[in-house]
Amino acid sequence: MNARLETALPDALDAPAVPTPASVVPHAAPRRGRWRGAARQLLRDPVTLISALVLLAIVAAALFAPWLAPADPYKASMIRRLLPIGSPEHLLGTDELGRDLLTRLMYGGRLSLLMGVLPVALAFFIGTAIGLVAGYAGGWLNMAIMRTLDVFYAFPSVLLAVAIAGALGPGMSNSLIALTLVFVPQVVRVAESVTTQVRRLDYIDAARLSGAGALSIIRVHVLGNVLGPVFVYATGLVSVSMILASGLSFLGLGVKPPQAEWGLMLNTLRSAIYVNPWVAALPGVMIFATSMGFNLLADGVRSATDVRQ
Amino acid sequence: MSAALAPDAPALPALVDRGGPAQPLLIVDALRKHFAVAGSLFDRRRQRVHAVDGVSFVVNKGETLGIVGESGCGKSTTARLIARLLPADSGQIVFDGDGVDEFGGMALKDYRRNLQMVFQDSFASLNPRLSVLEAIAYGPQVHGLAKAAAHARAAALLERVGLAPAQFGARYPHELSGGQRQRVNIARALAFEPRLLILDEAVAALDKSVQAQVLNLLQELKAERGLTYLFISHDLHVVHYLADRVLVMYLGAIVEIGPVERLYGQPRHPYTRALLSAVPSMDPAHRTERSPLSGDPPNPIDPPSGCRFRDRCAHAHAACAAEAPTLRETAAGHWAACHLDDPGSGHPEAPARVAALARSA
Repeated sequence: MNARLETALPDALDAPAVPTPASVVPHAAPRRGRWRGAARQLLRDPVTLISALVLLAIVAAALFAPWLAPADPYKASMIRRLLPIGSPEHLLGTDELGRDLLTRLMYGGRLSLLMGVLPVALAFFIGTAIGLVAGYAGGWLNMAIMRTLDVFYAFPSVLLAVAIAGALGPGMSNSLIALTLVFVPQVVRVAESVTTQVRRLDYIDAARLSGAGALSIIRVHVLGNVLGPVFVYATGLVSVSMILASGLSFLGLGVKPPQAEWGLMLNTLRSAIYVNPWVAALPGVMIFATSMGFNLLADGVRSATDVRQ
Repeated sequence: MSAALAPDAPALPALVDRGGPAQPLLIVDALRKHFAVAGSLFDRRRQRVHAVDGVSFVVNKGETLGIVGESGCGKSTTARLIARLLPADSGQIVFDGDGVDEFGGMALKDYRRNLQMVFQDSFASLNPRLSVLEAIAYGPQVHGLAKAAAHARAAALLERVGLAPAQFGARYPHELSGGQRQRVNIARALAFEPRLLILDEAVAALDKSVQAQVLNLLQELKAERGLTYLFISHDLHVVHYLADRVLVMYLGAIVEIGPVERLYGQPRHPYTRALLSAVPSMDPAHRTERSPLSGDPPNPIDPPSGCRFRDRCAHAHAACAAEAPTLRETAAGHWAACHLDDPGSGHPEAPARVAALARSA
């Protein structure tokens, strides 16, 4: 059995064997541009690029509102109520108390974006951790965790958010908690299902065969392969969170007047819808643009960071 | 190809031979695994797939034991049970004289350094987010080798399996071909300095020319490092080329085991004969006109009584249904589980066959 199998094709077909002395091999070989490749992919995708720019503008406007805003967000004027879009000094008109709407929209973005991003970020960390444990452990622990979370899943998100926020009482921090609790089960579900899929792959078996402990396997082999899909899913939740937060404010459970927040503004301007519909619709337009931006950006990031293409 | 490993690449310390040359490297005794078929949680009469049903064999030091059989016969489950990737329902594994993962025996972590596995799916067995070098260096780091040393060692191993480290070390699995990935998997397994390598259909997914290269590489590595192989395959040609002894499985049980030339030349079990006659021949005079084996293997949930092969066997008799045949030694080191080889089994053809065997011996 020592005879070599003769191969019809030259070695070079499979492995170009260019022998290099092992001693000159750089140990920390430069990481090939995984992220650079993803960035290049994104630049070639106009929809993602535009939504990223729009989001950037919205975030910048909210962030730098104190310096950029043309007026004081709380300065009311009874004689300048509900001015139409394009009025002198008030580019986007005024609200029902005569406050400059452009200013209020910029300031409102701060709270709205915070309510959009923070609960999702919290839910992302908590949910991924729970999902990893459930998915990697499998068996009865998985069953216990997932069936418990199914109880939360039985309620529609809006109803759940309203119920929790209502139980905790009105206020911004309470609605943040409520929204986080709404998103945790959803993130757990995605993280658990991706973990379960990854866990079945042979490289996890190979890692177990290496004698490594569960923590090391999760850190090195599971986490990196689970984080991507969960992150993209979470990005999509930001828009949902913003809409739910606006809804809570609209119901009086979130931010309280006179603070500016898009959902709250939509609520207070609703009485003006017959007088000046365009101005009344503006906070809604902002919510729409921002959530659309997040959704499209998430889609673009998903396809750009896909390893296998 | 046989360039020595760079001396400046420290490896994990070599594992010592404890039992001496006569001690089998691996003894598998009455290994059994039944899988519960998904059914109602509260149904007491849950059906069970008899995936591996009492398998016993030894693997000697330095040999290549081939395991062949149809899909679903329990080859891969046996491999996973041996590697302890699946918990066995019952049975024992003794590695070089030490019981594995039992009181007074060998710890699982030490056992796993002694034994490594190469899987069929070269892509699924590499983490897509680790570069080739990182993937190979991971195992030795688990066992306490410093990162720099592990990477140097990984580069040397990569070189040894025929991939230039400067060119391939920083690549990710999806940037390699199937043959290259399988070489990486072999290097990853070798990084542990194991004594037993389980190759679970390791070349089945590769095309023929690449397959030949990988097989040659495996032969070289075995000679160079004194490895022992457990080679699982459904490709009888490949097993013929590589194996010293062959084990034939059917429906979760061993039907025949023996030295490769003996088993291929004078198969005893009707199933082995059918399997071997199904191999395409290069000689047009030996054209196979019809399938030697008809039908599918029976349902492993409810295997036939007595001999499991009887409903596909041309020699089936009432005696085959009554009692399951056990492995009997028909020649030195050649065992078969068939009533035809047991004159006392009650099978009418048995005495003549046993007499013929005795005459030829």
